[in-house]
Amino acid sequence: MVFEFPNFVPALAEIFVLTMACVVLIVDLFLTERNRVITYLLSQATLLGAAVLTVSLHNNSTELTFSGGFIRDGMGDVLKVFIYLVVAVVFLYSREYLVVRKLFKGEFFVLGLFAVLGMMVMVSGHSLLTIYLGLELLSLSLYAMVAMHRDSMPASEAAMKYFILGAIASGMLLYGMSLIYGATGSLDIGVIADTLRMSPGDDMVLLLGLTFIIVALAFKLGAVPFHMWIPDVYHGAPTPVTLFIGSAPKIAAFAMVMRLLVDGLGPLHVQWQDMLVILAALSIVAGSVIAIAQRNLKRMLAYSTIAHVGFLLLGILAGTENGYAGAMFYVLVYALMTLGAFGMILMLSRAGFEADEIEDFKGLNERSPWFAFVMLILMFSMAGVPPFVGFYAKLAVLQAVIDAGLVWLAVLAVLSAVIGAFYYLRIVKYMYFDKPGDESALQSNFDMRATISANGLLILGLGIYPSGLMALCVTVLR
Amino acid sequence: MSIEPVLFYIFSAVLVFAAVMVIAVRNPVFAALFLVLAFFNSAALWLLLEAEFLALVLVLVYVGAVMVLFLFVVMMLDINLTPLREGFIKYMPVGLVVAVIMLLEIAVVVGPENFGLDQVAPPPRHGADYNNTAELGSVLYTVYAYPFEIAAVILLVAIVAAISLTLRRRPQTKYQNPAEQVLVRREDRVRLVKMEAEKAGSAEGAEGD
Repeated sequence: MVFEFPNFVPALAEIFVLTMACVVLIVDLFLTERNRVITYLLSQATLLGAAVLTVSLHNNSTELTFSGGFIRDGMGDVLKVFIYLVVAVVFLYSREYLVVRKLFKGEFFVLGLFAVLGMMVMVSGHSLLTIYLGLELLSLSLYAMVAMHRDSMPASEAAMKYFILGAIASGMLLYGMSLIYGATGSLDIGVIADTLRMSPGDDMVLLLGLTFIIVALAFKLGAVPFHMWIPDVYHGAPTPVTLFIGSAPKIAAFAMVMRLLVDGLGPLHVQWQDMLVILAALSIVAGSVIAIAQRNLKRMLAYSTIAHVGFLLLGILAGTENGYAGAMFYVLVYALMTLGAFGMILMLSRAGFEADEIEDFKGLNERSPWFAFVMLILMFSMAGVPPFVGFYAKLAVLQAVIDAGLVWLAVLAVLSAVIGAFYYLRIVKYMYFDKPGDESALQSNFDMRATISANGLLILGLGIYPSGLMALCVTVLR
Repeated sequence: MSIEPVLFYIFSAVLVFAAVMVIAVRNPVFAALFLVLAFFNSAALWLLLEAEFLALVLVLVYVGAVMVLFLFVVMMLDINLTPLREGFIKYMPVGLVVAVIMLLEIAVVVGPENFGLDQVAPPPRHGADYNNTAELGSVLYTVYAYPFEIAAVILLVAIVAAISLTLRRRPQTKYQNPAEQVLVRREDRVRLVKMEAEKAGSAEGAEGD
């Protein structure tokens, strides 16, 4: 194999994040409990610096480096910037919750930054090996973050379940990758796609490898029937960690699906489309129906995540450029909505009180009309009510599915979305038409209030002008 | 016929047997020891493939370090396994069906018609002067430098995670600080108190001091 000295410039953002994560790790050792806010500020500065680097390196060409293991392209740049944004907001929302519960430790931010690095590697992965390693880096950081609250039994149980099921999924992924490697003789995504284009057909080895990879992807995304870990992990983990798991990693998982299935195994589209149809249909129906029975808001949002993953898969299985752009739009919007919803739980909770039951939102309108309105925006958007942005996201993927000739699937998705609207609207009913259980005013600091307001207004604003973000998704995927 | 296929089948049979026993035996110490046996046999298979460096590393790292630590942990922890096995019989039929189907699928695909010698040419034989380790090193730090670095970061995360999950500061615990003990000065420990001489009548009780 000929070795070409790698060009480090496309990977500057990754190098910066890694360096800064190590700096934060060291600096944190010398800080006292009172100065721990420096760790937080350094982490935010890291994300800001990485965003500056990624934006300044952005152009419309595609660059490969590190012997084909790393790719920098438009889609990757946009997804990375959104990951920085989402994680920065996660850190901001989490700060007060962690301080109050004595969980405000440097490890939360260090592991968070390493998870960001893992996501960046996944987004930029151009070989089976680097995609797998990026996924492991992300997952390991997340397992540790879930287990961080050691004195909480539900958190330990959630961490154990997450770890074991995640390990099984990684095993599946590796086995599938090894079969693909055996059939095509290469780990490079581009070479795999070329080999498959040369020899199309129903090669049994490829099909078995594809099946294992799709099972692993479904595990990681949380699509039915591989979804059982999602409600338990979302429920058991400390709320800031749930917020982290529910938002940014979905963007990275979307990138992984795009790199593996579309860029790499694209010539096998006919074969994987049927598998994704089953996963998407089951996810949308099960997620929408089971969420109705939940009394805990974190569990309810977990099932809502499963339904959203189903919609995300709709865009991908269509197999057209519009479908991919719709799915990308969907995942970005979904991450913003999840941020807001879990952010509201974090804002309502205080020392010794979690605010994660649906009843805790009763009469929010009397306690704070503005934040009840923000929650209303978020819930309407998740339900897919126009003019909020969730509606346009659903519309984009449904259009792609109809264009692909799967009208029955689109009808099923719409019907499930109508069923699902019930449990989102139930929260709105609790907030506006029920008496509050406790009358105390909301306690939270200024930056949290400002950011969560901006988050809600962004959902509203994107709903009124969705074309900017949509055009961006279409451009980078062309 | 050469001896290699015979060796291959012997090692493979022992490997499969050991792997089954790892999950089948009741005693976790035996399970760990069967895993050691499985590692040794897969190392032997790699030797047959002329991957001698990987074979040695497998034995050194996994058998020598990982499994020894694992055995320590298994022996130290006092786990009652009965509650863990409660649902075993109930779930076994479903598990068996899934396992058998997967085994059949894999057996159909990973067979001679897809991976036979007519499909995949055997790797070229190298002479005794061929250095497997050098070949591995020359690509590991050049072509595969990027995955290598990510793997290093994963290990760093594992260290951070393990320490943050297990380090528990206990301020109440009593322990010795040798540095302070060595640096102690006479003035810290001995205090001379000037006292008035007491009356002779009550001095008898003080004499014992």
